[in-house]
This record gives sequence, structure tokens and C-alpha cells, in this order.
Amino acid sequence: MSSNGNRPKIAVFKFASCDGCQLSLLDCEDELLSVVSAVEICYFPEATRNVIKGPYDIALVEGSVTTHHDAQRIQQVRRSAKTLITIGACATAGGIQALRNWQDTAEMVRTVYAKPDFISTLKMSSPIAEHVPVDLELRGCPIQKYQLIELITATLIGRKPNLPAYSVCIECKRKGNLCIAVAQGTPCLGPVTQAGCGALCPAFSRGCYGCFGPMESANPAALTNQMLREGATTDEIQRNFRTYNAWAWQFRQASEEVEKR
Amino acid sequence: MSRTASVSPAQGVTNIKVDCLARVEGEGALHVKIKSGRLQHVQLQIYEPPRLFEAFLRGRMAPEAVDITARICGICPIAYQMSAAHAIERAWGVTIHPQVRALRRLFYCGEWIESHALHVFCLHAPDFLGYQDVIEMAAAHKAEVELALRLKKLGNEIVKVLGGREIHPISACVGGFHKVPARREVEALVAELSWGVQAAEAAARLVATFDYPDFNADYEYVSLSHPDEYPLNEGRIVSSKGIDIDAAGYEDTFLEQHVKHSNALHSVVRERDSYHVGPLARYHLNFERLPDAVKSLARELHAEPPVFNPFKSILVRSLELMFACQEALRIIEQYEPPPEPHAEVTPCAGRGMAATEAPRGTLYHRYEIGADGKIVSARIVPPTAQNLKRIEDDLWQYLPQILDKPVDDITWRAEQAIRNYDPCISCATHFLRVYLDSE
Repeated sequence: MSSNGNRPKIAVFKFASCDGCQLSLLDCEDELLSVVSAVEICYFPEATRNVIKGPYDIALVEGSVTTHHDAQRIQQVRRSAKTLITIGACATAGGIQALRNWQDTAEMVRTVYAKPDFISTLKMSSPIAEHVPVDLELRGCPIQKYQLIELITATLIGRKPNLPAYSVCIECKRKGNLCIAVAQGTPCLGPVTQAGCGALCPAFSRGCYGCFGPMESANPAALTNQMLREGATTDEIQRNFRTYNAWAWQFRQASEEVEKR
Repeated sequence: MSRTASVSPAQGVTNIKVDCLARVEGEGALHVKIKSGRLQHVQLQIYEPPRLFEAFLRGRMAPEAVDITARICGICPIAYQMSAAHAIERAWGVTIHPQVRALRRLFYCGEWIESHALHVFCLHAPDFLGYQDVIEMAAAHKAEVELALRLKKLGNEIVKVLGGREIHPISACVGGFHKVPARREVEALVAELSWGVQAAEAAARLVATFDYPDFNADYEYVSLSHPDEYPLNEGRIVSSKGIDIDAAGYEDTFLEQHVKHSNALHSVVRERDSYHVGPLARYHLNFERLPDAVKSLARELHAEPPVFNPFKSILVRSLELMFACQEALRIIEQYEPPPEPHAEVTPCAGRGMAATEAPRGTLYHRYEIGADGKIVSARIVPPTAQNLKRIEDDLWQYLPQILDKPVDDITWRAEQAIRNYDPCISCATHFLRVYLDSE
């Protein structure tokens, strides 16, 4: 995208992921042309052939680290960026591919690939913050595009981004949804999950599946007890905690503790 | 991450390396080697890291596959949701309500509109017009870019109404949807869809004026085919060279091969060769099932099948955009909410296979399910994985035509030839760097 020395420089890097979170930037159809006129897009292979060298004011990092090569590449990305922002559940928590962290990765590779020797991958899928200091993070599988615009805007003008730290329950109540956990006994991760999605799942008559990851002050053990009282099995509760943010420590701990019950 | 060309005149060698292919979804590289004016080596490397979906799906309850497999691809999550739901429904003998079936088509139309508008204008058109990207293109073609973004948003709006959000929507489930929209909610889309039909026609007319490289390949086109409709969720898998099978016969007909330079598998027709899935294949095999207005526009633009020039996929994608807008309108006109959002399902042991048409082509899923309803084994074959060998074959056949051009031109044309397939590398590994070596 065209070069202009005065605009803040932004680069978008991808690690192990589905591309959905960086697509969120292109999904800002109404805002895209104004966003890109305010910044200089220096590296964003999903959208442009152009490559402008760093350093960058903002690096947006999508995806988790799953290969030796990527473990080294994230160090380079960190060195090139003034502010490093991780976007989405893969970057902030290891993603759905972190389910390997409880399994035999070599056996998994043999299951998927006919010639496992050709595949180079790490035993663990780890979040970016396990490798380099992260300045800001944006949760979600996928992220919410208006939160992304808010985060970029706030970073560029040097203020704190206005992002909710409370649970999905708050959004759900504000939306006027019927509480499906209380009224129907449907297992719902809303009480322990960070807001940001707009309490979508309960509005669609299903329990929250925790795609924004654990809220800061989450108490998953209490939720486990509640779900057990409602008749959920330990296996079901463990699967609930082990999805897109399975390796986030609160969910990880909850899923390991329920295994012991 | 860069595009490099090393030329050693003494040895007459040119190496072209594109470390990170741009304007594709996911990560791959291309390496081309030219020696003494001859093409010596073409290799599409997929270095997108493996995520091992088929392995960690084991032990999950089968209905979870609908949400989990969506995470293979942020560009076409609905395709994954649909193939997974259909495969599990076949394993469990679930019949869906006709209005649920119609809503699934509408949902898929939304994804096609979003994905095709993105690819036609933002990812592929800049190649034809000589821009690095859509933002650079917007300076001279603002109206067209605004039209593209509006079309893209329209596709996303359909997905949001039915699924709550654009990426990884949350409503699809085995048997139907967690919640279905009221009539007024889908009727609110009618005005913009009516504009969309006109806009897609304008897009096709614009794209038809592009300068197309003179290149044709002898493809075996493979897609779903349905007797009454342009294929989305249902149909038999057919080919231009005589394949006509149920999805259950997929693995007996096609073979995935593992090659060293790729984290994705290469697909071939057993005892034959590479094949081509995607818009060109669907169009070739199903042209008669397109609405009359789309067919007559295709004839007016001299684009009726057979089309064997892969660069014209951008034109066929535009025609499919028009189809998807018209089809969405037709479905909305006849929509009545089904009595239940989804059929009741009872987990049991079973085996189910299904294929649906993702924007990039046929997407196959197979699940073996245990008596407890948990997945015992899963197999997922995304469209880009099926096209990878065909993309390399295209480069082998096309590049010799342009070896007299400057290295930068060869590199760009090679990238454009790859983008003909709208490849999704994130999918294919469950794809690209260009390396051009010229001696």
C-alpha cells in the first residue's frame, strides 16, 4: 500500500491460525479506506504484494507458535515493532491447535500425514506472550472488528483502549437475553468468559463456548460445580473448557481439575 | 519475507523466489528455476504450519466438529460448517426440513458473495490492472473499490443475520440451526440484494474488459452437480472426464499424496492426474442450472463454457457473484421459518461422508463416530489441497510462454497464475513463497 513517511507504520504477521482475525481488518468495509489513509500498511501479505521494511509502529500478530522457525521469527517481529499487539485466540492463548498440548504430537502428525518425516512441528502450540513481551492483546475467536479499530486508534493517539474486562454475562443481561443457564440448565461459559462478542451465543439459544477466553477475575471452579449440579458430566465440562482458548491458564487449570473429580 | 530474483548470466541461471506469496489466504512460497531459457523447476511450497485438526477431533462429540472445523479457515468457515453438518447427518440418518435446507443455501450464498467480492476486487483485479493491492487501486478506481466493499459487506450481512457474526458464525448445528431468523429479518436484506444483482453484473462487465493472457489448459474439472440447482450443499461429485459418484465414493476415486516440499497433501484422480476444483469447474459442469439472466450475460460477454483459461476464473467468479445474489433473493422470497430450528438428533455409531461447494471448490469431510457419539476418525480434504498439483501443472505449462519477459514480469505473472485459484493455504495445511531461479 502506498508509501508515506509521516503516517504510522503498521505490519500484520501471521503464525499458526485460520487467517480470520486479519481478515477482520478487511471486513471493516465501511472503515477500511479511512483506516488505510490514516496509517501506512507496510506488511500485510494477505492484502498486498508491497513490502516496506521496519521498524514498525504497530505489529499485529495473528496465530500461535507451533514450529522452530516461527519461534525464531517472532523474535524478529518483536525487534521490528514499537508496539506488538496480539490478535485473536491463537495468538493470545495458543488457539484450538493447543489441544495438542495434552496429547502425543508425534502420534497426531502420523495420523494426519502419510510421511510424518516431512513435517516439522513443535510438541506445543503456545501463545505469543510465552515467547516475547506483548504490549496489548485482543481476544476472540475471531476478534471483534470494532475492538480492533478501537485498539489501533487508541494506540496511535496514545490513550488506553476502551475494551471490556467484565464477563459475557454483563453483555447478555444488557441485551435482555433470557439466562439459558438458569432457565434451561444449558452449560454456558458466559460467567467466566471475557465480554466482547455481544453475548451472541445465548442470543442464538446456545451456551457461550468461551471463544473470547477467560475474563481476568474468572472463577471457573465455581462454574464447574454449578455445571455438575445441573447434570453435566466431567467429560462434557472438560470439553467445554478445552476449545479455542484451552491453553489460557484459567481454562487450562479448570479442565485439568475437572479431570481429577 | 521478500521477492528475490538472482540472475547469474555466466551460467545463464535465473532463480526467482517469492518467500511469501501475497494476496492469498495463508502462507506459501513459489520457487522457479530457469536455465538457458528453459524452465527447470517449479515448486509451490506450503509452509503454513500444520494444525492437526483431524487428530484432535478424535474424542470430541461429533456435533462439535461443526464449530471446530470452521476454525480451519477464517475466509470460508461456513463451508466447513456445512460439510461437517451434512457428513454427521448422513452418519446419523438425520433428515433436515426443506426450509432449513433453503436457509443453509442462503447462508452459503452469503459466504460466496463475501469471498468472491474479496477475491475478484481486492486480491485478483490488482494483478490485471497493475497495482500492488486494492488500496493502490482505489486511488484510480475508487467507485469500483467502493462497489466491491459494498458487495462484500452484503455477503457478510447475510452471514450475520443467519449466524450472528461474519467470521466463525455461531448458529449452524447438526440438524439445522440453533436459531432461525424471522421473515422480517431476512426480508430486510432484499433491497441490498437487488442492488447486489446489478452490482455483480457491472463487476462482470468490467472484469470482461481485462486483458487475459492467452493460455488454456486441458483440465479435468470436478465439482458437485445437482439436477435442479447450481450446486452448493448437495449433489453428486462429477467431472468433465466421466466421474459421477456419491460423496461416499470420494476416497476410492481421488488420492491424496504427501510430497516433501509441502505441509499440504497433493490430490490426484486415481490412476489419472491432477484435477481442478472451484468456480471454473462448477461453471463448466453446471452452466445450464444458472439463472437465465446470468447465462445470457455470460453469452453476451463471450464467456459461455467451455472456458479453459484459468485467468478467466475472475470473470466466472463475478458471474457466480451475480448468481449468489439472485439465489439469495429467490430463497428469501419463498422463506417461511421452519417449525423447529433444527431436527432432533440422537448420537449413535456411524460413518458419514459429505462434500459441499466452498467458494474455492469442493470440500470433503468424512467422520467415523462411535456409539458414544464421539469422533473416532476424521478426514478433511479442502479445495486448495485438491488444486495444489494443478496449480504447479499450470505454472509448468504457462511459464514457458513468458520466459522472454523481464524477471519482474515473470514473477508477477506466476503469482497471478497462482491467484487464479484463490488459494487458501490456511485450509490446505490444515499455502505460498515465489522462488524464481533462472540460469
